[in-house]
Amino acid sequence: MPETHYTADEMMTIAAARMLRNGTVCFVGIGLPSAAANVARLTHAPDVVLIYESGPIGTKPSVLPLSIGDGELAETAETVVSIPEMFAYWLQGGRIDFGFLGAAQIDRFANINTTVIGDYRGPKTRLPGAGGAPEIAASSKEVLITLRQNKRAFVPKLDFVTSGGHFDGGDARQRMGLPGKGPVAVITDLCIMTPDHATKELTLTSLHPGVTLEKVMESTGWPLKVSTHLAVTPEPAEVELSVLRDLNERTARAHAGQA
Amino acid sequence: MESLATLLSLKEAIQEYVHDGATLALEGFTHLIPYAAGHEIVRQKRRDLTVIRMTPDLIYDQMIGTGCVSRLQFSWGGNPGVGSLHRLRDAVENSWPRPLEIVEHAHAGMAAAYAAGAAGLPFGMLRGYLGSDLPKYNPQIKFIECPFTGERLAAIPAIRPDVTIIHAQKADHRGNVLMWGVVGVQKEAALAAKHAIVTVEEIVHKLDASPNAVVLPSWVVSAVCEVKGGAFPSYAQGYYARNNAFYKAWDAIARERDSFEDWMNRYVFGVKDFHEFRSAVEAARA
Repeated sequence: MPETHYTADEMMTIAAARMLRNGTVCFVGIGLPSAAANVARLTHAPDVVLIYESGPIGTKPSVLPLSIGDGELAETAETVVSIPEMFAYWLQGGRIDFGFLGAAQIDRFANINTTVIGDYRGPKTRLPGAGGAPEIAASSKEVLITLRQNKRAFVPKLDFVTSGGHFDGGDARQRMGLPGKGPVAVITDLCIMTPDHATKELTLTSLHPGVTLEKVMESTGWPLKVSTHLAVTPEPAEVELSVLRDLNERTARAHAGQA
Repeated sequence: MESLATLLSLKEAIQEYVHDGATLALEGFTHLIPYAAGHEIVRQKRRDLTVIRMTPDLIYDQMIGTGCVSRLQFSWGGNPGVGSLHRLRDAVENSWPRPLEIVEHAHAGMAAAYAAGAAGLPFGMLRGYLGSDLPKYNPQIKFIECPFTGERLAAIPAIRPDVTIIHAQKADHRGNVLMWGVVGVQKEAALAAKHAIVTVEEIVHKLDASPNAVVLPSWVVSAVCEVKGGAFPSYAQGYYARNNAFYKAWDAIARERDSFEDWMNRYVFGVKDFHEFRSAVEAARA
């Protein structure tokens, strides 16, 4: 890959941030989604409403939270609700435009696994588990997924389906009664994939600058479909990069210190 | 006539209410996690506990790693923003220090089950687990049909702990409890239990709570214990921030059995109470 003035992770976070439309309501997962959602809020989407599952609604943290419920999320929120209220009224009540999730494993229909690698009862690696993800994936009107791309993550078959994407494709999701539209984009450090309109299989639609098609293929555990209108993701603008870097710097400073 | 809460030391409260084989919920979603109570249970060497918590966090990592627990009901078992809970993983993957049965949910299911417990209903209901593999492995997750619309909904048995333990900012001398900030599922967890124990940052003359504040009246609480700093390394809004550096440091402490046991021996078994634990941690930092 040629030298760039930004990293692949920065490109991923910024490309993910761009997906979040201003004025929408976003249920934010911790980690990569949280970084992307806050970059969106600090750049093109000042009126995005960020919701974290711990209860804060309309939060505006100055640094990225380490946990899903850091104090600053509550201090800068419009309101803080209880957990039963959050999942019942706000999520299942259909008030979320975008669910923003990470994943350990993903398959070609954007189903995701955050539970276990290997057999559930005799696991090779035990992962943290579901958290809010199954219902975020089910009830948000649209779902964005962001994770780093490699063959361990992009697998032909999930070891465990924690949260449903488009299941085995087509209208499977509707038939199973999930209210939201499901995943609309997967944003990685290499590219952007979106589900095919009819089959719902993930299709490569945009390569990040300098990334080759071969690189994406060898980082994907199945023969990835490629759009006939394959685009190149616009490079990060200076303002996007400076916002992200300032945010990361403030965050590192805030989380340092002695145990 | 309900009886009012008793003001007890934490040691007395655990002795009186937490018995071997009991079902416990120590709740607090990132915020107000009752660490002092967890340490006291470890120190008193309770065994065969069924423990319930949405996010086991370091507190259950410690209780699992010291052999207090035989069964865990949870919905997200990681060290938030850091990685794995190594003691939980070692128990699940290698049965160390003893086999651990897990009953695994998603947050929405646990929340509905706590709310049902508080309401005295037999099960919690939600639009959840659709298409997830969790119901294949957890017989607690069933599906029912809405009698009005025919919609398929998930049903989870109500959570009814023997004892729920939470941490809050304040109580008054009568044992009324006030909390604010990220209040999680604590109110439901306390109301769902046969007994609720609440540790607080301070006991004050008057709560001065606004009419819609989250208050647990004394008559739904069994014991109140004043434990300043009792949520460390989690936080108490208005008192101290989450010690994110400690959460990061825990990863190395808990990664190996030896380093974990050394830490527990020094900082939990080797002290008489949470105050001494805080002093020992402070001293090690200096």
